[in-house]
Amino acid sequence: MSAYNYAFLDENTKKEIRRKTLKAIAIPGYQVPFGSREMPIARGWGTGGLQVTLSVIGKQDILKVIDQGNDDSVNACNLRDLISSTSEVATTTDTLEATIIQTRHRIPEEKMQAHQILVFQVPMPEVLRTVEPSEQETRRMHGERDYSRLWVQLYEDIVQHGEIRISYDYPVLVNGHYICDPSPIPRFDVPKLHQAETLFLFGAGREKRIYAIPPHTDVVPLQFEDYPFTVESYDQGCEKCGCTTSYLEESFDRVDGARHYYCSDTSFCGKKQVEQGELVQMGANWHG
Amino acid sequence: MDEMLSVRQLMKTYGKGCPACLDLTGPDHGRNMCPVCGTIVACADVSLDVYPGEVLGIVGESGSGKSTLVKTLYFDEEPTAGEFYLRSYEDGVPNLYDLSSRKKRWVRNHQMGMVYQNPHLGLRLDHSAGGNIAEKLLMAGNYHVGSIRERAVQLLEKTDIPITRMDDLPRYFSGGMQQRVQISKAMANNPPLLLLDEVTTGLDVSVQANVLDLIREIQRELGVSMIVVSHDFSVIRMLTNRTIVMKNGRIVEQGLTDQIMEDPQHAYTQLLINSLL
Repeated sequence: MSAYNYAFLDENTKKEIRRKTLKAIAIPGYQVPFGSREMPIARGWGTGGLQVTLSVIGKQDILKVIDQGNDDSVNACNLRDLISSTSEVATTTDTLEATIIQTRHRIPEEKMQAHQILVFQVPMPEVLRTVEPSEQETRRMHGERDYSRLWVQLYEDIVQHGEIRISYDYPVLVNGHYICDPSPIPRFDVPKLHQAETLFLFGAGREKRIYAIPPHTDVVPLQFEDYPFTVESYDQGCEKCGCTTSYLEESFDRVDGARHYYCSDTSFCGKKQVEQGELVQMGANWHG
Repeated sequence: MDEMLSVRQLMKTYGKGCPACLDLTGPDHGRNMCPVCGTIVACADVSLDVYPGEVLGIVGESGSGKSTLVKTLYFDEEPTAGEFYLRSYEDGVPNLYDLSSRKKRWVRNHQMGMVYQNPHLGLRLDHSAGGNIAEKLLMAGNYHVGSIRERAVQLLEKTDIPITRMDDLPRYFSGGMQQRVQISKAMANNPPLLLLDEVTTGLDVSVQANVLDLIREIQRELGVSMIVVSHDFSVIRMLTNRTIVMKNGRIVEQGLTDQIMEDPQHAYTQLLINSLL
């Protein structure tokens, strides 16, 4: 891939993104604007995460890319191929082996460590957008921590439906100051952000924002004293590996229409099955 | 500090301003636009005090600067110059206009309530009546749904709004009901100061009487200090102890309400009193 600069982006772009990323880490939860570049994939398909990954990656890194927990989806494969061929890094599907994981809307089941970085793809970084359309106004609201309108929305949810209905994009208070959007991860993954060992970087390419949750940072989902935050729970475990503590996805059998539940994190599920002596091809790739 | 609040030399202008602005505007000239630079002097040289539990009236014709004055007191508008002290905030030592915007917001959320002439300004019509009251409580840091709802029920009962309509949108309420929801919202966390800007304008007479009764009752029961802005002398007479008369952005006369009603000194006040129907 010598026709391209190392890691696809030119050096000035990488420098800018690294500086913006450092600023984001210094102000946990604060959305830092950056000059999002044109990428070889469409905006809204992970360009933010991609740019962050490409600007922090080095030849010694080991890359994993997941799309809603899945290593083998078209999007994950294409992003992984692009990153690995332009930055000459090894790839893996094993969460514990990777040093950089780029993810779309999931946090892996296995606990990540201090030497790892998790890069999120974020479609809508502005958590206040649902209550306030003006960017100028939302920035003022963040600056003054004027979050009452977001709270009123949660209150109205409880009044009308008896619970807070937000199932993904659940607003979290980071380090006691900014409320931010943890990207559309399910509620199930939100507690993993709290006091983690790992650095979390968030890139929104279309909206041109980078933000971060550094390791050992308090991340608290918004909740009322009498309506505490809850995560998804299931009556059963995964039908492939039997795990009862993972986030499950509902899937329908295309022949008889029966409903099944499987782990959303495919590499984790595969590992469990191998432990149980089943024959699973780890990291099966759709194009070999 | 004996006063609940005091305001000193408050000025609000719209425009770039020039040295002649203050000299060439005001009641003596009968205008509030500077003839040299075209700046609007909405209010200037305004100093006033409100004592605890007192109701102060501000009366004047449209464009006399009375609404601008309360808006600057509620930090809706940034004043051009002036000082504002509130006894309930750090014993009235700091000038509130020098505080950071976050502290101003704190003062506004914890120490003040505002009722606007137009309910659209004070309420979020796409949130329920209870949600509107909740907003004020959430701003002040109450994150318990049960206690928020308890307080909302109390307030709506006090303001005569059926509890069954608590979770309905104020968009579908009548004007008088919207105004009462607005009063409930303003009162939600028992602020020591309530600002009322033309609260009864645009309501029909029986509803007006109803809202005025409510305000009087709140004042009597809770001893809140209030600033009541109106162009209507009958509202001022009914609610206030002391009155300030404004014209062209300046205070032209102030004193006890009865005194001003019976024995107006300034020609403009005499005109106002005489034009009472």
